[in-house]
Parts: sequence; C-alpha cells; structure tokens
Amino acid sequence: MFFYILRRIPQTALVIFGVTLVTFIALQIGGDPTYLFVSERASPEEIEETRKMLGFDKPLHIQYLIYLSNLIQLDFGDSLYYRQPALTVILETLPATIELTIFSMLIAIFGSIPFGILAAIYRGKWIDGSLMAVAMLGQSIPSFWLGIMCILYISLNVSWLPISGHVPFLMLIFQGEFIQAFKNLPTTITYLILPSFAVAFYSVSRNARLIRSSMLEVLSQDYVRTARSKGLSEYIVIMKHAMRNAWLPVVTIIGLEFGFVISGVVVVEVIFAWPGLGRTVFDAISNRDIPLVQAAVVVISLFVIVINLITDLVYAKLDPRIKL
Amino acid sequence: MIKEEKNNQSIRAFSIALIKNKWALISIIWLFIIIIIAIFASELAPFDPNKNNIMERVAPPLTLDKQGNMKYFIGSDALGRDSFSRLIFGAQVSLIVGFSAVLVGGILGTALGVYAGFYGKWIDDIIMRLADIQLAFPFILLAILFLVVLGEGLINLIIVLGIGQWVTYARIARAQTISQKEKEYVEAAKALGVSNFSIMFGSILPNIFAPLIVIASFNVASVILAEAALSFLGLGVPPQIPTWGAMLAESRDHIFAKRWWMPFFPGMAILLTVLAFNIVGDWLRDYLDPRLKEVE
Repeated sequence: MFFYILRRIPQTALVIFGVTLVTFIALQIGGDPTYLFVSERASPEEIEETRKMLGFDKPLHIQYLIYLSNLIQLDFGDSLYYRQPALTVILETLPATIELTIFSMLIAIFGSIPFGILAAIYRGKWIDGSLMAVAMLGQSIPSFWLGIMCILYISLNVSWLPISGHVPFLMLIFQGEFIQAFKNLPTTITYLILPSFAVAFYSVSRNARLIRSSMLEVLSQDYVRTARSKGLSEYIVIMKHAMRNAWLPVVTIIGLEFGFVISGVVVVEVIFAWPGLGRTVFDAISNRDIPLVQAAVVVISLFVIVINLITDLVYAKLDPRIKL
Repeated sequence: MIKEEKNNQSIRAFSIALIKNKWALISIIWLFIIIIIAIFASELAPFDPNKNNIMERVAPPLTLDKQGNMKYFIGSDALGRDSFSRLIFGAQVSLIVGFSAVLVGGILGTALGVYAGFYGKWIDDIIMRLADIQLAFPFILLAILFLVVLGEGLINLIIVLGIGQWVTYARIARAQTISQKEKEYVEAAKALGVSNFSIMFGSILPNIFAPLIVIASFNVASVILAEAALSFLGLGVPPQIPTWGAMLAESRDHIFAKRWWMPFFPGMAILLTVLAFNIVGDWLRDYLDPRLKEVE
C-alpha cells in the first residue's frame, strides 16, 4: 500500500502541474491578458499601470512562477466583480456545490444498481428492453433540459417539490451550528432532489448499462453455477455471490464519475438558482470576471484530482486482486 | 474485379444488418433528415430566424395569422422571432460543431495514438501522460476558461471541443497499433523499406479504423451535448446565430409563466439528435466489432 501511494502521489503532482500550466496558458492564449482586466474605456496609462501591477510586463516563465507561488499561498487572484479575493467568493459557494455533488453521486451509484440487476436477470424480456431504452434515453438527455422540464412538470404543475433555491446544511456544519444544520436537513433534501436527479440521470443510465453487462458476465461464471446447484435461492446467488464482482467496474469509474457529475452540477445549478460554484462561474462568465473563472476552474480541478486519488486508494484497498 | 465484388458484398451485408435493426435504421434516416434540414435551412425556414416582431412576442405553438394560415408553428420567442425557423437554423451549429470537433479530435488523437503505439518508449510515455493529465479533470471547465478568454466564435468552439476529444482516440489507436505492429504485413513492409510514416498511416491505419469509427459516432453525440451546455452558459457562437442550447437558455425566463413550449422543442431537438447518434454508435459497435462492447 505504501509503495502504491508513493507511486500515485507523483502522478497526482504531475496532473496538478498540468492543470496550473493549462490554466495559465488559457489566460495568455488570447493575446495580452491585461485587456481582460481593464474596462474598455481605460486610458493607455491605466492599461500600462494595470499591466505592471499584475506583472504581465515580465517574461512568461517568470509570470508562470509567480502564478505558481501565488497558488501555493492560496492566492487565486482577486475577483474583478466582487473586488475581493476569488478564493473567498469560491469558498462561500463551495458547500452548496459539495452538497449537490455528493447527493448526485449517491443517486448515480446506488440508483443504478437495482436497474442494472433487474435488466440482467430479465435479459431479453420486456423489463430489460424498457430499462435499457430508458438508459439510452438518459444518456442522450441534456441535464439542464431535464432540470427545466422537472421544474415545469413536477414543481409548477403538481407542486410536489420546491421549484428552486437551497437550504444550507454543510455551511452550517462548517460554522459549527450542528443543531440548526440537522433541523434543516429534511428541507435541504427536498430542495436537493430535483437538481441532483437532473445531474445524475445520465450517470444512472450509464452505470445501469455497465452493471447489466458485468452482471451478465458474472452470471455465466462457474462459481455462480455452483452456487445455484448447491440449491441456494436465486436472491442469495445474485445479491451475495454475483453482486460482489458485478459492481467492481462501477467502483472503478467512481473517480471519473465525479468529474462527470461536477460538470453536470455546474450547468444544472444555473437552472435551479443553486447558490454554488456553478452559478458563480455562470455569473462570472457574463461579468467577464476572468480571474474568478480561472480560480474556480483551478479549485474544481484540484478538488476532482484529489477525489480521484482518494477513490483510487480506497479501491486498491477494497479489491484484493490489486497487488500493492 | 474481385475487390469490387467484395465491396459490393460488404455493402450488402451492411445494408441487411441495418434493415434488421429497426431502431438503427430509424436513427440513420432521422440523422439524414436533420442533415438535409441543416443544409437547406435558409430554404426550409418559413421566416428569417433573426427577424424581431415585438407585437407577437411569446406566441404559443400553432399560432395562426389573420388569414388563418399557420404562422408560428411552435411559437415565437421573447423578441417575437419564429422559434421554428430558429430551431431549423440551430441544427446547423449543432451538426457543424459536432462533426468538426470530432474530426479535429479524431485526427489529432489518432495521429498521436498511432505514433505512441508505433514508436513506444519516451514518445509513448509523453503522449500517454498528457492523456492522463487531461482525463484527470473535467474538460468542460477548461473549455469554459478558454472560451471566456478567446471569446465567442464557431472556430474557437470547434478547436476547444476538438482538443477535448483527442484522448479517447489516442488510447484506442495506440492499443490497436501495438497489436497490429507485430503482424506480418508490417514486418513485410519494413523489410521492403517502406518509410515508417507510410507504414503507420498507409498500412496500419486502415486496419484499425473500425473501432475509431464506433468511438466517433458516440463522440458526435457527446460533443453536441457539450456544445449545447456551453451555448446554454452563454459561451459558444455569437448570440445572433441561433443554437438549441441558447434557445434553452432564453427559455429559462419563461418557465414560471409555464410557457412549456419554449424549452420543450429545442430540448427535444437536442435529445432526438443525440439519441440517434448514440443508437447508431451502439449498432455500429455491434456490427463492426462486438469485442468493443466494454468500451464506452
């Protein structure tokens, strides 16, 4: 395990280096980045001053080193619109995004298991056919459109669930107000259901197909036949013997899943007026608040990379077949 | 002569397989229709997609004019522009971006993948590490950053989305090249003194084409979805060019007024197009190479 971690950490460092390099290049690619930081009516002196202040007059490699050292000191630059450190803005909105992401992940992983198993058991029957048709549909629906339709038909027409908005839970936990946080939890969840459904539907569909095919493979294995011939009930055979191996491929993609889910979250937040990072990015795009967009991209990417590392380590620990 | 006959046979086998799978057939027909609509958008659209009509804003579907003729088939938007015409023109952007970005990513990724697989060693290492880096974080975020800086534009969108796709092709092309390069025909070509470049792209590439085509058809679907998401966020093509994603973004202001048709039709357009590409991809995979079942 130790050596695995030792091998995995430089890889992660390399990826983080890649992210910083690419986000740095992104800013330079459109020409002199100074113009992104000044208003259109700025005088030449003002432009020159800003260029000096932000260090854009220095050679590129020096600029990159400055950028890196700032990142290490958690200085992500200042938001042009909010006139405060970008990281502060991001940290304020991060808890709401984490809530939505975790809830969507849970749906994506556990929501897909029963459908995948059902489809595998009833292979070729109408249950299988219709589940897989829905799954195909799920992989083709834009999450933001699903969100809009959910608001229209579930919130507005039959008003089963709240239309949009957010009741904080994690934020309160971080502030130490546990009692209020847990009082909020039931309402928090009612607000979470629709947006996370919209985000997770794609992943549920994909995972259900994945579980179905790996279940089918496992069900044809000798040990399943042995279990059946021992006279075990079909339920035990499937839930105890087959399931254990069938859902391994899903575990392997959890890390990647996280990246998918968070991209969905960024867009879906906009529809549900969810006060998270995605909405912040969306507003920053329309305000042309480039430092904030850059900071948000770096923070989310680092977040995803760290989660990837953790899931890989956990997976390595869980699966005895991976030699460490 | 023999080759021609063989070609005819494979075309016949292909057609028979297609007709047997009715969903794939329907999807291909649907995609043809969409392509025709996109090509002849200016002839087919009943109105200029950018013509405002403040007097007839947010008209519901099947709105008739004074003579009782159909005017706004699926309604009009907040500026009184004909949604049906915008939907028709929207097909252009989706398809152009979908196909071009996949072409950019496919060519780039295949070339790099074949190089990596053929030469191995440090070339392979560098290319594959780059791929790992890119896979490690969600590309849509990077696309957002690049597009905010670069500004709107079809070309920018295609390049950014195209670069986002190369990894998938590189991985498949690399793996296939590695297995092909040990075969006799490569050895023979080498012995004949054929240049490495011709071996890679003249001999090996045609033999690894099938899995790449399968990936490409799924890829068009996901690029169209990504383009819609970026347009929805206000990144992508300039606002006067109608896109399905931008139509959805505009419809957001009308949800509370329960103007369901405003999000419904552009969303359906995206859904049906993406679905068709996915179904065709599924079918192509089963037809060309059943072993690829696991790859998605």
